Formats: sequence, C-alpha cells, structure tokens
Amino acid sequence: MHLILASTRVDLARGQFATTSLYHFLFVPLTLGLGPIVAIFQTLWHRSGNEAWLRLTRFFGTLFLINFAIGVATGLVQEFQFGMNWSVYSRFVGNVFGAPLAVEGLAAFFLESTFLGLWIFGWDRLSPRLHLATLWIAVAGTWMSAYFILVANSWMQDPVGYKIVNGQAQLTSVWKLISSDWALYAFVHTVLAGLTAGAAVVFGVCCWHFVRKRNIDVFRPAAKVALIVLVPVSLANLWFGSHFGILVERLQPMKIAASEAQWSTCSHCAFSVFQIGGFTESDQTPTYSLDIPGLLSYLATGSFSGTVQGLNNLNDKYAAQHGPGNYKPPVRAIYWSMRVMAGVGTLIALIAIVSAYLLWRRRLERLRWFLWIAVANSFLPFVATSAGWVLTEVGRQPWIVQGLLRTSDANSPNVTTTWLGISLAVFIALYVALLVVDIWLMRRYAGVDPAPPDEQAPAPQPVPSF
Amino acid sequence: MSLAELWFILIAVLWAGYFVLEGFDFGVGMLLPFLPKDEVERAAMFESIGPVWDGNEVWLVVAGGATFAAFPDWYASMFSGFYIALLLVLVCLIIRVVSFEWRGKSSSPRWRSVWLGANAVGSFGAALVWGVGLSALLYGTPLASNGDFTGTFWDLFNGYTLFAGLTVVVFFAFHGAVFLTLRTTGDLRDRALNTARVLALPAAALAAAYAVLTVIVAVDRNDKSVFPPVLPAILAIAAALLAVAFVFRGRTGQAFVATALGAALLVATLFTSLYPRVMVSSPNFGNSLTVSNASSAHYTLAVMTVVALLVLPVVLLYQAWTYHVFRHRVTGDAAHYL
Repeated sequence: MHLILASTRVDLARGQFATTSLYHFLFVPLTLGLGPIVAIFQTLWHRSGNEAWLRLTRFFGTLFLINFAIGVATGLVQEFQFGMNWSVYSRFVGNVFGAPLAVEGLAAFFLESTFLGLWIFGWDRLSPRLHLATLWIAVAGTWMSAYFILVANSWMQDPVGYKIVNGQAQLTSVWKLISSDWALYAFVHTVLAGLTAGAAVVFGVCCWHFVRKRNIDVFRPAAKVALIVLVPVSLANLWFGSHFGILVERLQPMKIAASEAQWSTCSHCAFSVFQIGGFTESDQTPTYSLDIPGLLSYLATGSFSGTVQGLNNLNDKYAAQHGPGNYKPPVRAIYWSMRVMAGVGTLIALIAIVSAYLLWRRRLERLRWFLWIAVANSFLPFVATSAGWVLTEVGRQPWIVQGLLRTSDANSPNVTTTWLGISLAVFIALYVALLVVDIWLMRRYAGVDPAPPDEQAPAPQPVPSF
Repeated sequence: MSLAELWFILIAVLWAGYFVLEGFDFGVGMLLPFLPKDEVERAAMFESIGPVWDGNEVWLVVAGGATFAAFPDWYASMFSGFYIALLLVLVCLIIRVVSFEWRGKSSSPRWRSVWLGANAVGSFGAALVWGVGLSALLYGTPLASNGDFTGTFWDLFNGYTLFAGLTVVVFFAFHGAVFLTLRTTGDLRDRALNTARVLALPAAALAAAYAVLTVIVAVDRNDKSVFPPVLPAILAIAAALLAVAFVFRGRTGQAFVATALGAALLVATLFTSLYPRVMVSSPNFGNSLTVSNASSAHYTLAVMTVVALLVLPVVLLYQAWTYHVFRHRVTGDAAHYL
C-alpha cells in the first residue's frame, strides 16, 4: 500500500511537470520566434519609413503580447514546482542546476521584462531609434533566457562539471556546464524551432487574410518575410536535429534505442518509418515495419554501417553499473514522439518550400486550398515541439538526472497525494481556461484589419458573449 | 563574511526590492475596485504600473532562483513545505499577469471588469500569502532532521503570521496609493491622496506593531538578542511615521520614499531576526535550517557572486532608467498601439 501511494505521488508530480512544461512550451517558441520577426518589421519601418511595416509591427506585436503573458505566468510555475514537487531532486541538484536558473533571472528575464515594458509603452516616450532598440534587447533577453534554461535542462540529460559530495551534486566547472555539447545543441535546436513556430504563425495569419481576400497588399510583404525566415530555418533544423541524434546516441544511447524500438544491438541498422507491434518486452519483433536500410545507423552514428546499441544490451550494461532493474523508458511513447517530431518537422519544411515557390510564381494568393494548408501549418510547429519534449524528457526515464538520480526517488516525500491531485486539477483548470481565452483572442486579433499607423490599436467589437 | 552570508544578505535584498517595487503595483491592483470612477481612470491606474510591473515581478523570480542555487535545502524545504501557500500565490500571480495584457483587448464592460477583478484579487492574495509565508520562516514550522517540513498547511497560521499578512496587505495598499498620487492627475490623484491619508495611520500602526512583534518573536523563538533586529525595526517604524507625516503635509514624493524605505526595512527586520537561521524549526529547534547548513558549496556561490556583482548594477541602472522614462503623470487616454 505504501509503495502504491508513493508511486501515485511520483506519477502525479510527473503529470504536473509534464502538463506545465508542455503548456509553457506552447508559448515559449512563439515568443522566441515572433519577437524577432516583429523586430524585423519594425526595423524595416525604421529603415524605409514605409508605414506598411509599422502597421505589421503593431499587428503582430499585439499577437506577440497576448501570448507572452501566459509564457511569463507559466514560467513562474516552472520555477516553483522544482521545490514544491521535487524537493529531493532540488536538494540534490541545487548547487549545479539552481545556478543557471538564478542567472537566467538576473541576466535574461530582468532584461526581457523591463525592455518589453519599455517597448509596449514607449512609442511616444522614446526616440524611434531607441524604441526599436528596446525590442531587440527584449528579444535578446528571451533568447538568453532560453539558453540558461536549456543549460539547466541539459545537465539533467548529460551531467558534466560536477562531483558528488555528501549525496549532493556540487559544481566543479561552470565552463563545462555552460558549454556542454548538449546545451549548445539544445539551444540551437530550440531557437530554430522557435523561429519556425514564429514564422509559420506569421505566414499562416497572412494566408488567412488571403483566403478571405482581405488586406492582401498589407500582408503580402509580411508573408514574404515570414517565408524568408521559415524556409532556411525549418530546413536547417531538420539537418541540425538529425545531427543532434548522433550526440544523443553517444550520451543517452537508451533514448535512441527506445526511439527506434531497437531491442538488440545492430549495425547497418534500418530506420523504420513506422511499425506495427514490437514495442514491448514480450513482443520485441514488429509484425510489420516499413524500413529504410542503413538510415538508423546513419542518423545515430553518422555512418551507414555504424553500430547502434539495443535496449536489451543497454539494460544489461546499466544493470551491471547501477544494480538490477528496468532502465528502459516507455518504448512506444518514445518511438512515436520521435516520428511525430521528425515527420511534422519535415512536413513544415515541405509546406514552406512549396509556399515560397507559389509566392515566387505569384500564385499563392489565388490557390485557396493551399492557403488553408498554410493556415493549418501555423499549428504544426507546436505539435513538433511538444513531441520533441516528450522524447527528451520521457526518453530520459527512469532517470531524473541521467545516471545519478532516479525520478522515483526525487519527489517531495512530504507532499500528500491529495494536494498533489488538487494542485494538478487547479493548474489544468487554469491552463485550459487561459488557453480558451488565448485562442479566442488570437483568432480575433489575427483576423482584424491592421490599423493605419495614426490610429490606435482596435479593441474589436462586438462584445464577447461570456 | 562568508559567501553564504553574503547570499543570505543578497536574498534579503531581492525580497526587499520585490516588496518595494511589486509592493506598490500590488497596492495599485488592490485599489482598482475602489478608487477609479470611470473607464478613463481605470485605464490610468493600469497605465501607471503597466510599463513596470513585469520588471518588478522578476525580483521574485530572481529571489526564488537565488534561493534554489545558493540554499538548495532552504528552497526544497520551504517550497515543498509551504506547498498550498505557494499554490495560492501562483494562482494569484497567473491571473494577475494575464490581466495586464488581456484587459484592454476588448471593450466589453464585463470583460474588463473580470480582468480588473482578477488583478485586484491576485494582488491582494499574493501580498497576503507572502506576508504569512515569509513570517512563518521566523515563527517556525515543524521540520524533520533532514529539513523536510512535517507539518500541515495550518502550521503556517498563527497570530503573528496572520498579523504579518494583514500588515503587508495594508502597507502595500498605502504604498500604492502614495505611488498613484505621483503618477496620476486631477480627481483621481485627489482621491488617491485621500485614500493614502485614510490608510496612512492604520498602515503605519500595523507596520510598527509588526516590527516590534518580529523582534519579540526573534528573541522568543529564534534565540536572538534584541540587538541587532531592533535596529532595522526602529528604522522601519521611523520610516512609517515619516510617511504619515509627509502624506498629511501633501509632500507625496517624500512620502513615497518613506513608504518604499518602510517596505524594505520591514523585510530587513524579518531577515535580521531570522539570521543565522533561514527556516526555524518548531518544535525541535535543533532541526532548523541555517545559513551554513543549507547553503551550496563555495564554488557555486563564488560563480554566482561574480555574476551578481557584474549584472545586478546594470539591472538597477536600466530599471531606474525605465522609471525615468515613465516619470510623467498618466491620464488614461493615452494612445495604445498594442
């Protein structure tokens, strides 16, 4: 009974972490990506004096701010819940993991919050040049923020620059911490994903106006800028993401094995586009799989003949190191999250390339069916990033810090099941309510006509119905 | 002075900064349902804190992060122990954060009153819980020998912590009213000044009593002598009394300096009373977490010290500049482009 309750508590704490992180990361990529695009619009206005760019700056700036608010609010939950739900973890890692979180606040979050305030309210108070600078500084703040948070997360995946003293991890090299391969890869991958999300949303909103044959002249240049960002960035992230796989194979081979449902060690390993069965201990051979020969070896090692370690062999190796037990993450979830991430990422890149071709041939605005695809495309990056985080975090299980601390040993022993349940319910209710309002606001403000520069932003009528 | 002691002081400074800055924007938030007569005045009140509230809230984020990094045991025990209190704070802050960006996004009166209410409730709730929660660190809660909180939600509440919650709420409202006298014009400013005059004596009386009580609790429950905690306590009382005097003479600029100092000195009184402990254990005083037994190792603290010394002065500079940029009085009919 005691054990069952303990595992319920861990599950509830994990549920809360997963809910908050996935929810938070709907808004983070949008902030990372929409911020610089709005800043590009404002820069173009500043350089050219063409007021169309000013209209776009304000139009997309409003969409940016509607989402930024939820990102800030859920970021607070992220910071608090380590201590609230994971006190054993917090004591164990505070020396190392706490430092980038504190530095994030000091060096990045202060910057983005203060300068965003200056940007929102500074239109008539600052010179145009200085006002533009405040936005770029705020954007730099959001990117730095992402870097420090990813430094912290990377240490959970690949602990470096530490020693264990009296059961606590202590930092021995801050340089190793902030320059770990994992942190740098994760940062580039995340920023590219953020830019993809921002550009896809801007492009989707433009196409939504094209579908309704509204404001075409205003949004055509915005669509062009969005695609100039989206095409290279979405392609680069496919390339970069696949290289990330080689690093993961080196540092967390179990995650790669699980993401391919590769039970036994292989060389010249095939990559399965999809497979039926083969996801469990008792059913290790799929009944059907669509294979691409050699590709898994290439993705995981950089060579078509490379050796990829299998789940069973890795489990034996970990059991020898850490004692008998199951060291495999849930294979099915990891296998599919990897395919959703990579598949959706590829789809976004394809849609971007076709869009760019159509725009170049001046056919985009008339092709209604394709415009709807582009509108739908603005939701896809969020599917890919969510799947990516499931792959990263669930794929690390059973560890909370790879090789050092198990998730099942890391939660707060003194927080009761009841309160874990209540707080999870409270957060879910709050998140759903905020998401409903956010989507309603986004739909409304994405659909309005961009105001001419001398007018105030429209507070759209009619009155909401609740 | 050890680095752990330096970080204890820095965390106290971060909380003091948070109380001074977010204190007035919580105060403005709490006054939202009472002070403005029409939509223009409501807009003016939102605009008075609009550019700065987010930067103010980061003081809390940094205080939390610094506690995690410099005192992992303190962070772990406090955040898991004060679970329900922090859940309440988070709910309050979440609804408040979105209210700033969302309220103006529709002109429906119902929509606007919902978000105004969210801001007011969030400001009140967060101020109350911080008052109770921080004072509970000193009053003491049951801790196990490994620092784990072993009590319940109700162990946070006693006469002293409830009094602290009330003090923080009323003092922030006073601080916010004084702030509004500096940032608004016309009728709204007159009403803000009247409100400040109504709140002045209760706020100063509560603050003075809280300062005295804190020193008594420190002596009684935290094994402290009267000195040094009495020093910031006397200064806090002096600042509160000066604020009253300035408000009644209509010298609102000086009154704001006095309320800001008062807020900072109340935090200083609490942290001076707490030192060298960071969380008092009661019963089993010996299980208390202290600056030395809860802190990170030297290397982490050294790295963080370098970062803080390099970055914090720059932060202070650009936040001060922000207040300079938005020093003008607001009328509520300014153009909003976003």
